[in-house]
Amino acid sequence: MTDGVVLDKVELRLGTKDFHFNCTLPAGAVTAVTGPSGSGKSTLLNLVAGFETPDRGHVLVGGEDVTHEHPSGRPVSLIFQDNNLFTHLDLFTNIGLGINPSLRLSADDRRAISKALQRVGLDGFEKRMPGTLSGGERQRAAFARALVRKKPVLLMDEPFAALDPGLRLSMAKLLLELHREVSNTVLIVTHDPDEVGRLADHAIFIDYGQILLQAPTTEFLARRDIPALAEFLSG
Amino acid sequence: MLTRAERRRGIAWGLLSLIGIALFVGIAVAALLSWDVGDTRARLFTAYTWRILRFTLWQAVLSTLLSIAFAIPVTLALARRPRFPVRVWIIRLMAVPMGLPVLIGALGLIGIWGRQGVINSLLLKLGLDQPVSIYGLTGILLAHVFFNLPLAARLLLAALERLPAEYWQLASSLGMRPFSVFRFIEWPAVQRVIPGIAGLIFMLCATSFTLVLVLGGGPAATTLEVAIYQSLRFDFAPARAVALALLQIGVTALILIAMARFPIPDDAGMTAGRATRRFDGRTVPARLWDAFAISVATAFLVLPLASIVFAGLKADLWNLATSTAFLRATWTSFIIALTGGLLAVLTSLAIIAARGAVTDMKRPGKAAKGFSALLGGMSSLVLLIPPVVLGTGWFLTLRSIGDVTRFAPVLLVLINMLMALPFVMRVLAPAIETHRQQSGRLSASLGISGLAKLRRIDLPVLIRPLLTGLSFAMALSLGDLGAVALFGSNDLTTLPWLVYSRLSSYRTNDADGLALLLGIICLLLTMLGTAGQKEARHD
Ligand SMILES: Nc1ncnc2c1ncn2[C@@H]1O[C@H](COP(=O)(O)OP(=O)(O)OP(=O)(O)O)[C@@H](O)[C@H]1O
Ligand SMILES: [Mg+2]
Repeated sequence: MTDGVVLDKVELRLGTKDFHFNCTLPAGAVTAVTGPSGSGKSTLLNLVAGFETPDRGHVLVGGEDVTHEHPSGRPVSLIFQDNNLFTHLDLFTNIGLGINPSLRLSADDRRAISKALQRVGLDGFEKRMPGTLSGGERQRAAFARALVRKKPVLLMDEPFAALDPGLRLSMAKLLLELHREVSNTVLIVTHDPDEVGRLADHAIFIDYGQILLQAPTTEFLARRDIPALAEFLSG
Repeated sequence: MLTRAERRRGIAWGLLSLIGIALFVGIAVAALLSWDVGDTRARLFTAYTWRILRFTLWQAVLSTLLSIAFAIPVTLALARRPRFPVRVWIIRLMAVPMGLPVLIGALGLIGIWGRQGVINSLLLKLGLDQPVSIYGLTGILLAHVFFNLPLAARLLLAALERLPAEYWQLASSLGMRPFSVFRFIEWPAVQRVIPGIAGLIFMLCATSFTLVLVLGGGPAATTLEVAIYQSLRFDFAPARAVALALLQIGVTALILIAMARFPIPDDAGMTAGRATRRFDGRTVPARLWDAFAISVATAFLVLPLASIVFAGLKADLWNLATSTAFLRATWTSFIIALTGGLLAVLTSLAIIAARGAVTDMKRPGKAAKGFSALLGGMSSLVLLIPPVVLGTGWFLTLRSIGDVTRFAPVLLVLINMLMALPFVMRVLAPAIETHRQQSGRLSASLGISGLAKLRRIDLPVLIRPLLTGLSFAMALSLGDLGAVALFGSNDLTTLPWLVYSRLSSYRTNDADGLALLLGIICLLLTMLGTAGQKEARHD
């Protein structure tokens, strides 16, 4: 496996908090990003997405240095916990904006949108408004947009946290299916140890702005020698 | 959770104020309606009233369109730059015209845009010999934009700042260019609140009195309200005043009905400098454009305000401030403002208590619900019958009894009280509701009631909103020229009336000095009333 996402001696200060990230996350794999609240999980994703720029160090995606690249120039798709869709635009438009931000779409693009909707189980939902969908359906639509964007890296910040446990299972299944089809690099922030086991090939643990551990999932879940991690794993 | 006695008392006070207000407004309207009934109908639509009506609506439409059209680029620029050093101050500056006595604003505008103003001097130097005229339609539009652009901008900005932070992250990640951001994010958000804002501004402009009085140029640029005033005070043609007043009521009623469909958006959530982050607009042209839009708007607002200060300082302030005319006018204004303000606060309390009593009932009957709704609709009633119309009605009623000037102070107090009522209600109602939720059950279970409750539980918490409401009402009344224009005389001179008289007799220097003094008084009052609010918000 080559390097998918590299944070090379990245240092960043936000307010009074310091962050030091140094890691190489494998390409084509799912990496779970874990840690206590306020430890810097979202900040790590923001650095990769380009919403934060490091004070020192470099960010590489797919071998390319994107440290000073604007978010629009980075090969990533995003899925947040909530507000992934513009509520005043229908699903077709929301997903279409992922292909072309001025909504100049060819016939092929339109077909791709319908196919993506089909793929996530929202067949025929083109004209529906986000407000009329359930929480799970809204996240599926966000998946559909990530599908049509065809970016090699997918960043997800607690995408299932607002869903109930049963729904989380089926969403995780869908995520894995889509991931296997396109074999993209996935970074997923989660608070749920079960979800780490279910989804991830690797996991990292962040505390106080530092990566304390990076390990394959089975090893990660078995580690008990780091107190903060032990606490996280015991729920 | 009220005791029976408390509930009964609340309803009684509410009933009393309802009857009082209904009588005060009802008598005025009845006087208008019963004036030479047959003749009035014929006079309702003459060539003259048509012209006035058309101009009233036309200037209001233009003012609304211009205010919103200019507010949009300014708002978009401010929203796209969520942090730069003086941003907070620019947003605070936008609240100033709303609290500024309109007459003072008009003087500031004349100082900048008038014949001898900064702008025209500049234009003359550039060789343009047809300078901007502050009088007539141009002046009215300029002044309405000065007062309403910041109002629109604040409300629009609040709508944009309520958008989820994720939207901006998505937009930049998807690579949306400025036009796409406008088309897919900004415009949909802005466009949702525009009808409500437009309705509000249209209402304010259609009933604007002072600006049109000062800047309107004769019969060609006169609105209904000013025409009513002129009919009564100069031409003494009560019949015409009645016809115009009825037209005015018709117009405001129609606007109010239309407005009911579009709620006025609030500017809550305007937390200058919240953690919204924008990732767009990093290009040089975008930066230049935003800087241009923000600085032009800021200059447009700051210059007239600065002009008030500079022109005022040129006057002999010490002599003015110690002159008998000033001291007498200040005293009169103060007494009227204080009485009107206290009455407004007491009436609000009565209304809130009565509505609270109805809410407190387990199963309020139809009558109780209707009563509560009537009390709630009181503020619309005040909007429906503008001060000048109310004054006209009472003028006609009292004329048959005796000398109108004898009753003038009482009328001024009552009219000012009514005008302030909606504002005081808006301050007090939520404060009292929160207080009731926090302490109602507790006081009831401890059996605290009556004076002890008032002194130990209610007053310590409510004193601040009460003072804020009072200072709002007083500032409003201190700056008002509408009601006093009908009744003002040598015996009854308020501060705004004094400024206006000096202005009309071309003693501009004195008018500027007095305006500055009045502005300082209003500013101090507002500061006094809102003192300590910031600390309260932090904890
Ligand atoms: N712009 C900022 N200015 C100041 N402090 C910031 C800023 N952004 C984030 N922080 C702080 O940095 C720390 C890490 O934030 P981050 O959002 O990365 O945490 P997190 O691990 O995602 O937490 P959670 O699990 O609660 O989402 C927090 O303490 C936060 O308050
Ligand atoms: Mg987070």
